[in-house]
Amino acid sequence: MKKNALLFFALFIALFAMAQEKPNNQKLPSVNIKTLDGETFNTRNISNDGKPILLSFWALWCKPCKKELDNYNDLYEEWQDETGVKIYAVSIDDARSTAKVMPFVNGKDWEMEILLDPNGDFKRALNVNMIPHTFLIDGNGKVVYQHTSYYEGLEYEIYELVKKIAAGEDISGH
Amino acid sequence: MKKSFIFFASVLFFALSANAQLSGLVNKSQVHGSFEADLMYYQPDEAMGITDSLINGRNFAFNGFARITYSLGNFSAGLRYEAYLPPIAGFDPRMEGNGFPYLWASYATEKFSFTVGSFYEQFGNGLTLRSYEEWTLGYDNAINGVKVQYEPVRGFILKGVYGVQRFFWMKYANNNRGIVKGADMELNLNDLFVSMSNSKVRLTLGGSAVSKYQIDNNPVYKLPRNVGNVAGRFNLGIGKFNFTSEYAYKINDPSAINNYIYKPGESFLFTASYSRRGLGVFAMFKRTDNFSFKSDRSEKENALDINFLPPIIEPHTYMLASMYPYATQPNGEIGFQLQVDYKIPKKTKLGGRYGWDIHINYSQINDIAREQLNDSTPLNQRGTLGYTSQFLKFGDQIFNRDLTIEVDKKFTKKFKGYFKYIYQEYDIATLQGHPGEPEIKAHIGIVDMTYKFTSKKALRWEAQGLFTKEDNGSWAAALLEYTISPHWFFTLSDQWNYGNEETADRLHYYTGAFGYTHKTTRLSLSYGRQREGVVCVGGVCRQVPASSGFYMTITSNF
Repeated sequence: MKKNALLFFALFIALFAMAQEKPNNQKLPSVNIKTLDGETFNTRNISNDGKPILLSFWALWCKPCKKELDNYNDLYEEWQDETGVKIYAVSIDDARSTAKVMPFVNGKDWEMEILLDPNGDFKRALNVNMIPHTFLIDGNGKVVYQHTSYYEGLEYEIYELVKKIAAGEDISGH
Repeated sequence: MKKSFIFFASVLFFALSANAQLSGLVNKSQVHGSFEADLMYYQPDEAMGITDSLINGRNFAFNGFARITYSLGNFSAGLRYEAYLPPIAGFDPRMEGNGFPYLWASYATEKFSFTVGSFYEQFGNGLTLRSYEEWTLGYDNAINGVKVQYEPVRGFILKGVYGVQRFFWMKYANNNRGIVKGADMELNLNDLFVSMSNSKVRLTLGGSAVSKYQIDNNPVYKLPRNVGNVAGRFNLGIGKFNFTSEYAYKINDPSAINNYIYKPGESFLFTASYSRRGLGVFAMFKRTDNFSFKSDRSEKENALDINFLPPIIEPHTYMLASMYPYATQPNGEIGFQLQVDYKIPKKTKLGGRYGWDIHINYSQINDIAREQLNDSTPLNQRGTLGYTSQFLKFGDQIFNRDLTIEVDKKFTKKFKGYFKYIYQEYDIATLQGHPGEPEIKAHIGIVDMTYKFTSKKALRWEAQGLFTKEDNGSWAAALLEYTISPHWFFTLSDQWNYGNEETADRLHYYTGAFGYTHKTTRLSLSYGRQREGVVCVGGVCRQVPASSGFYMTITSNF
């Protein structure tokens, strides 16, 4: 067992070294999750016709997540008009509360796309440790920015980056 | 050793040659990972009863993990390292140790996927099978084995799993725990039939069967070596209405949890919801009867669960609101929940400029009604069928009741508030194993206000009160938090048990903390007192002892 672990580790270090040679160009992994209607949804179908995408992980039990999405929602119309950005909010609520997500989201009148990741498969595939965790994805489907945690006002910081992505600027320095 | 060297060399050679020759392919490969380290330093605190001899030289505790994932086209593989040296107080002491508990490789196309090694999976609502991990609980019941998923036509998904579950650091050998196998099928009729693809009616049907095998070495009883658990479910949407349900049945499964009774188990869930813009209504009914399902029948703690029993609760996160959290009772519970979310629209007379958000929850969970098998057999007698129970009858004992009313209001562009009232009844004797203690009846009030100085700087304050005559009496709490987006936070908080009958126990549980976040790297440091309590995620709980000291956590991913 220990030996296997060491071998695996060696393999990954070798591969990691190779991965370091190229710029970070993470694309979204392909994982089957669910839509609010309970239909299977493959995450490779997250798209926005070459315009920026904001992807945020949240849950009903996460107060800062709900604040963050409330604030995005207030600005969403304006953001869409200016940049065409599309927001996906992925709920990692588990089996106890997936059925509560739809009435909650509609009750809040949130306009963004909602996806369900009840067993954390997408969360793990993207190495999300804690929520809220927000990703920005450029027109080529590459993850160009990530942020964890939410403090009041983050939405303005995020939107500055969204505008740059929409204008085709490279934001890898941020 | 020689063998592994050859293997290692060949792997390296392969990697290097792939790098040189197939650089196109390798450029598509990706390596990502994440890690977290939680470090605790304990100090004595006489008022809290924490003495030097209790700490016994173990001032430091450390929980950490690192995860690496590699992917190339349809292939991916990964590992996770964990260390608990020793585990932080309140985590299962059997976690102490370090190593690689989680290794996996998988090949996945759009229709087919195959995984070997450790994996997580859930069938339906989890009544038959759910393997998952929850870092904050120190919970991990990953299955180590083989998983296959196949979608022969769109809308028809088949899954199969076969393996053994993680049990802290103990390797599987010689039947030291059970073997789990299971299959699941799901039909989505709207995907399956073109004629239904645009229908207002959306229907998904599913079914699963899971079996565990464990040898019978009990000297007294003859125990089933194979225990089957089968379930059927649906998810039906009609316009703005949505209904989901699942029923599961398990054959007799005498275990340490159910006191070795031979009664078959059953579990039933039903939810209904209606929602439109600005209004969401949700109702749920649930009954669980003798439904603990573990891959070792002698395990009594939070480990080796094959299934998951979703609780009917309002998940509370505020300091005092989470004082009495509900833990799922696998031996039996029956309850319901009603929730309403309503938005008074903005720019109306009542809603004002920004509108109001209103959230109401009522939930109640009772024990199931149990009757003796006959006059001479006491309830739940070991080695018998235990009891009989009527399906829809509520038992007299109330485990938990919760009425929550929350109002969220944005007053101006810079100023907003959350207001919450909660009434709770909580059977602490059953739920926290304190026999003889009276049921707690508590009123809780919370005010949470945020003021934004600039677009990046904000001050948030909370005032909370919990009023009860039972347990430790009433509490007051306050919190101040200053944040500078996107990097900094500073908080000060205090919980004061002013209502404690013992004057000497009217303690202040103060904490100061600050943290820095840069992208996905977050570092936080806190100092203060942690009150004794229970941390729960999804109805699974762990006890946290009182402690005092420094706590540091760092997390990142790449």
